Amino acid sequence: MDSIDVFMQVPTSISAYLEQELDKRFNVLKLWTVPNKTQFIKDNSSSIRAIVGHGGAGADAELIDSLPNLEIISSFSVGTDKIDLKKCKEKGIRVTNTPDVLTDDVADIAIGLALAVMRRLCESDRYVRSGQWKKGNYKLTTKFTGKTVGIIGLGRIGKAVAKRAEAFSCPIAYFSRTEKPELKYKYYPTVVELASNCDVLVVACPLTEETRHIINREVIDALGPKGVLINIGRGHHVDEPELVSALLEGRLGGAGLDVYQNEPEVPEQLFGLENMVLLPHAGSGTTETRNAMADLVIGNLEAHFLNKPLLTPVV
Amino acid sequence: MADDDHSELPTVLVLRRCPFIALLEPKCSQKFNLLKAWDSPLPQDRFLTTHARSVQALLSSGNGPPITAQILQLLPSLKLVVTNSTGLDHVDLAECRRRGIAVANAAKVFAEDVADTAVGLFIDVMRKISASNRYVRGGLWACRGDYPLGSKIGGKKVGIVGLGSIGLEVAKRLEAFGCSVSYNSRSEKPSLSYQFYSNVCELAADSDALIICCGLTEETHHMINKEVLSALGREGVIVNVGRGAIIDEKEMVECLVRGEIGGAGLDVFENEPNVPKELFSLDNVVLSPHQAIVTHEAFVDLGELVTGNLEAFFSNKPLLSLAVIN
Repeated sequence: MDSIDVFMQVPTSISAYLEQELDKRFNVLKLWTVPNKTQFIKDNSSSIRAIVGHGGAGADAELIDSLPNLEIISSFSVGTDKIDLKKCKEKGIRVTNTPDVLTDDVADIAIGLALAVMRRLCESDRYVRSGQWKKGNYKLTTKFTGKTVGIIGLGRIGKAVAKRAEAFSCPIAYFSRTEKPELKYKYYPTVVELASNCDVLVVACPLTEETRHIINREVIDALGPKGVLINIGRGHHVDEPELVSALLEGRLGGAGLDVYQNEPEVPEQLFGLENMVLLPHAGSGTTETRNAMADLVIGNLEAHFLNKPLLTPVV
Repeated sequence: MADDDHSELPTVLVLRRCPFIALLEPKCSQKFNLLKAWDSPLPQDRFLTTHARSVQALLSSGNGPPITAQILQLLPSLKLVVTNSTGLDHVDLAECRRRGIAVANAAKVFAEDVADTAVGLFIDVMRKISASNRYVRGGLWACRGDYPLGSKIGGKKVGIVGLGSIGLEVAKRLEAFGCSVSYNSRSEKPSLSYQFYSNVCELAADSDALIICCGLTEETHHMINKEVLSALGREGVIVNVGRGAIIDEKEMVECLVRGEIGGAGLDVFENEPNVPKELFSLDNVVLSPHQAIVTHEAFVDLGELVTGNLEAFFSNKPLLSLAVIN
């Protein structure tokens, strides 16, 4: 299969496993290694049959249209918001993602962020390292156990967050496209109502046109000066300038963020706030999970080129 | 200070002023006559002999003074000691038993907060939360790229040292993350499904992480020693929410510096507030200033529990948190 051209726009960073495995099987065209990217795409446009996408780099209509022989986009992520799915459907291009294998890790990060924000774990670590503990005790923090956790999107990740939060005796509430009466969690028909009735609000839904800026000023105000926002979805779920001003003005109690509007840029005004924890899009960031995700990407590509059923198709 | 209103309220003796008593006083002084030994010019022994012979209840702080046999002898009517701590090492329990004095402690009122801290520290170390938060705040994500990968929590084997009220809360939480829980404790608890190890070294050898939740006693002092840390291994993680001296701190620091264990999340240290400075440059260590119980809610709950115990006692009802004295 190494005559098949597979196009990658960005490296899969820290773990080289995916690239290594792709290199063994395909001719991988690595956009980040060439100086003139537009020319590179033009030069190779007719030979590219597959794209390996990424949480931050998918394929928009323009790119898809410029690759006449594109057959499959295999994304190294569960989110497919960066891929023009409608265009892929029209042109019969297959799309795959990496569900399930990263569910646990992302849910773990959601709870880890909530604990870190409410119990000020990162801030008090800094307090110790800077020698301040010798001058006095750190202040009172906020208990996590028993707080109401509101989840936007009760899919695989949302349910996994709920399961963990329940072990902390947290009552669970949620907003979803449809109510799920088989679950014993409290459903709210609007995000504002959910935000008004929970202490910790977790964004765990896919990014679509409907969910863009689902966290807006109204929701932030409803969550309030004691509320904590946890975003493990996509940066564009949140109206980021509104979030920043709410935090600076004390209208929101705190936030734990793994994703941002324009990664890797993070609003610098947040750096000095002690009620924030900022992670570099690390929700699925464990060796075990990234390897499992890579295996799915490879598995889907191989299945496609061997005319076998795809493992995890989206389109 | 006794005035007419208060003289009809039951009397509770307090030996020494402390922040906890100050927090409690507004609520307590409406229900009880607080007899404050420190308010008197008399030395403590004289004060007790003169004013406290009919006192039935004593409110004690884990920070001291110790409730010794000598003090108890000066309180012939004493029937109850209520302490604001879970630990009872500051109370002469044998003497209390001899004199038929009940002892009520803080029992489980902190257990959830401590368990939350233990789990929070564990997730932080495994997923590099504090370290990558520092990385982002230092502006490094944009110029240096993604932070190194952490380690998956699901499927890991966690060994809990001490399966009391705190250890049980930790176990319950970690199960929801898909960890398999085993434990070492003074005695096996057959009603639980977790695997018991009578030897902490064997537990360490079979675990990916150890979470220390036990109390400090003669037996547990430096229980986590070179042998145990070695058994835990290069990838192993240790979290301590018990007491600093349960771990041989010097040994642990050397192991961390040499990369012989994978990481640590520590809320307690042998000589607080001093923390070995070698730890400050390590990214696989998360440090916490003994604040596992320091939440608004814990303090409110503790106040209610202490007041509740005193009220129950004076109404001849069962105590809320009678400590089991072995």
